[in-house]
Amino acid sequence: MTGARRERRAPTGSAANPERLYVLTGGTEAAERAALDLVTLIVARGEAPPTAPPEQAALLRMCATPLSVAELSAYLNLPFSVVTVLLTELLAARLVEARAPVVRSALPDRTLLEAVMHGLQQL
Amino acid sequence: MDFNSSDTLAGPRREDVLPATAASAVKVVIVGGFGVGKTTMVGSVSEIRPLTTEETMTQAGIGIDDDYGSATKTATTVAMDFGRISITEQLVLYLFGTPGQERFWFLWNGLFEGALGAVVLVDTRRLEVSFDVIGRLEERGVPFVVAVNSFPGAPRYPVAELRAALDLPEEIPILHCDARRRASSRDVLLSLMRFLHSLSTAPS
Ligand SMILES: Nc1nc2c(ncn2[C@@H]2O[C@H](COP(=O)(O)OP(=O)(O)O)[C@@H](O)[C@H]2O)c(=O)[nH]1
Ligand SMILES: [Mg+2]
Repeated sequence: MTGARRERRAPTGSAANPERLYVLTGGTEAAERAALDLVTLIVARGEAPPTAPPEQAALLRMCATPLSVAELSAYLNLPFSVVTVLLTELLAARLVEARAPVVRSALPDRTLLEAVMHGLQQL
Repeated sequence: MDFNSSDTLAGPRREDVLPATAASAVKVVIVGGFGVGKTTMVGSVSEIRPLTTEETMTQAGIGIDDDYGSATKTATTVAMDFGRISITEQLVLYLFGTPGQERFWFLWNGLFEGALGAVVLVDTRRLEVSFDVIGRLEERGVPFVVAVNSFPGAPRYPVAELRAALDLPEEIPILHCDARRRASSRDVLLSLMRFLHSLSTAPS
């Protein structure tokens, strides 16, 4: 072993907040953006109206079937924050539906974990 | 950007489309130093070709340093590879491979906060690069397992020795893996799920 040893840390309850040092490309205030996770699933509720700007139309075409915000960001080649701005508009116009992720809670959901284990075993 | 060109914005290939029944997703983060095998692990278990999401941010410079009185700004782009595993017709698991620099984690809302847990990928030739990341996860209360990626020529230490060097409690799983192999990467994820399951059943 190299000799270097780590020292355990205790939970602090809250993470340091470096946000204010940075400005996201999306350019809007966080409050103007919908609370979207990387793995929120987005589904189009219908076709793009003829007046939709091209990036909205492209996004709506892509999520004819459910697609995560991360996948939209990758396929549209746009930063995550920019995609959340586009989606905020589309959600407000009721052109897309958002399916919220299951996030970790204090007590993990055993049924969910069992489903994931079962799914992984099929790989 | 040309949003009308169909080649660049084709969206998912036919085989990469999720069923309409997909109702919710969960995520796991694979974190580790540069070149430790994060992208390899994501790719070996993912059902889709790994994709990349990016975030660009501008860091406001300190002080006034040009003729117009505006601060200098430095743009930084941080990229993250990810993959996907369909668990059922309703549930989807996403895997994100993220560099260990904690100062960028906030870019993706709740990357760690919302994740079921994390895999810390380590290389025994430079174990120290994972010290800080492990500490950050401990501070944030994110449950994790440690996967030791087996590179040729890397020293292979017994788990007990690694546990001592990483100062990890007995219950945190440490396992050897080969990130290039699907079965091995899947076993790492299974070990994380079993660990999370044990947390929910352990008497508090
Ligand atoms: N021998 C061996 N090579 C690996 C393994 N995992 C990754 N690599 C190689 O290590 C290099 C870096 O891996 P990569 O996944 O890009 O690392 P990342 O920077 O953490 O995403 C690549 O050339 C991989 O082919 C492994 O388990 N065994
Ligand atoms: Mg990588």
